[in-house]
Amino acid sequence: MLKTIFKRLLQLIPILFLVSTIIFVITRMIPGDPAATMLGPQAPVDAVEQLREELGLNKSIGEQYLIYLKDIIKGDFGRSYQYGQSVTSLLFERFPNTLLLSIVSLFLALIIGIPIGIISATKHYSIFDYVSMIIALIGVSMPIFWLGLMLVLIFSVNLQWLPSIGMGSLQNGLWDFISHLILPSVALATIPAATFARVTRSSMLDVVKEDYIKSLRSKGIKEKSVIWKHALKNALPPIVTVIGLQTSSLLSGAILTETIFSWPGLGRLIVDAIQNRDYMLIQGAVLLIAFIFVFINLIVDITYLYINPKINYDGKGGDK
Amino acid sequence: MNTVDLKDKDKLFLTEKKANSPWSKLKRNKTAMIGLFIVIIMTLLALFSPVFAPHDPNQMNLSKVHLKPGVEGFIFGTDDVGRDILSRIIYGARISMIVAIGGTLVGGIIGVLLGLISGYSGGTIDSIIMRLMDAMFAFPFVLLAIVLMTVLGNGLRNVILAIGIANIPGYARITRGQVHVVKNEEYCNAIRVLGASNTRLLLNHILPNILSPIIVYATLSIAGAIISEAALSFLGLGISPPTASWGNILRGGKDFLNTYPHVATISGLFILITVLGFNLLGDGIRDVLDPKMKR
Repeated sequence: MLKTIFKRLLQLIPILFLVSTIIFVITRMIPGDPAATMLGPQAPVDAVEQLREELGLNKSIGEQYLIYLKDIIKGDFGRSYQYGQSVTSLLFERFPNTLLLSIVSLFLALIIGIPIGIISATKHYSIFDYVSMIIALIGVSMPIFWLGLMLVLIFSVNLQWLPSIGMGSLQNGLWDFISHLILPSVALATIPAATFARVTRSSMLDVVKEDYIKSLRSKGIKEKSVIWKHALKNALPPIVTVIGLQTSSLLSGAILTETIFSWPGLGRLIVDAIQNRDYMLIQGAVLLIAFIFVFINLIVDITYLYINPKINYDGKGGDK
Repeated sequence: MNTVDLKDKDKLFLTEKKANSPWSKLKRNKTAMIGLFIVIIMTLLALFSPVFAPHDPNQMNLSKVHLKPGVEGFIFGTDDVGRDILSRIIYGARISMIVAIGGTLVGGIIGVLLGLISGYSGGTIDSIIMRLMDAMFAFPFVLLAIVLMTVLGNGLRNVILAIGIANIPGYARITRGQVHVVKNEEYCNAIRVLGASNTRLLLNHILPNILSPIIVYATLSIAGAIISEAALSFLGLGISPPTASWGNILRGGKDFLNTYPHVATISGLFILITVLGFNLLGDGIRDVLDPKMKR
């Protein structure tokens, strides 16, 4: 297994290199001159030229690319003109907020989605099964930016129970911190929770039909133990795959959720950077999110390998 | 007597064949039929927007700003410049469907071709194409679409392109996987021995045999494209006003959420219902065409 993990890590090198190259190409294709945009329309030509020189934009594309790669290795993404500070420090400042929101949402999705899926499977064709699966179907179809607005409308505007924007601070008390987290994390957790419920139900239904489950029941083992200990363990591989996929897509969801709730995370930072044409920040933030995305997928693959050792990512035998 | 028996057997065979056809199986799936019904309604709204829309969707009327649903004959009310929301929703359906189908076609055609080439060639070509696809997969879908829109600029054509490009790696991966499964099967070897060119083998023989999972993926990715268009327009990066799109109606409604929530509520509901329709239909088609993937 260690060999496979090492191979997967090696495979990351060309992917990360290509990702960096794609981002370089894309940011160079954004219309407009970054120096002129940074200094505004009234800026004198000399000042624009000087900034172009400082940013290295007067160099050839090849030279710019080499400098860009060197800077990435050093972890230097340049300066954000919008915030007037280094992109790296901005990313470090915002990343923990996105991580917090994503982890809380994932946790919520897991504790809601998986038990619902299990209960639905054990009470197949019951009212609970029908109702929960209809809700799950609506959940997977939910535009989260709309759900976010509806949550704000109900819980902030009408009921005035929870704040609608920003991030709370522990210095203002635990409730301030938690209350700001509730709406964005519920919005972000909806699609993953619905997906987990659907996949858990389907995977559990496949497993509970198996002979060994019937034989466990015939031996008189308690139903609770049969379902939660034996069946769930064997139903896990597809559930873990989906957990991985949804963890990755939380980053997509975070971009929209953070914009609606003015959550000071990476997603909001990117949208603001794009709206203000903050080239260095766009480049750095997109690169960071893409790298995180790649590493989450790697962790998922490794977890999957651990749960289901029959899998061989090399394609040399075994189930693929 | 024997002739009658044969006729009966033929009839039985035909009835069984009909009952087992994909369409008959799909028809028996009630939720898929609900999905199909929603999709048909939305398609009709999109095709015949000028017939169904009671008003010009861009006609402003400052004396009728923010009318609530049902007031003065405006079923869904009016927006901040007095435009009829129902008419804008109906015309928005047209934009959503064009983007969804256009984006799926762009992503599907390019992705399937790349997957066919990659899966069939193997070796260096396969490695290059798939590493490029892996790199594109390294971007969250919405992020890739947002970044592409920044480069391409707002507008219908560019939204289709951005969503299409972001869809390419998904199609390429599925197609490549399927080509790997079938390319060494007996019928492919036989066709090769008969002297068919690689292009002919790929397009006329391999592609038709691997279409099922691609169709399933396409149906489900249409739902994703509708949400993506709405998300891009909601962020101000997709379809710009005054052209009506569900995403930009929602964006407009967001600013008046406290006072006139009907604008945001109604436009979002249409996105939800349409996406739900495509998901229900997609699930049904998946169950029929690819029972192994049944959930």
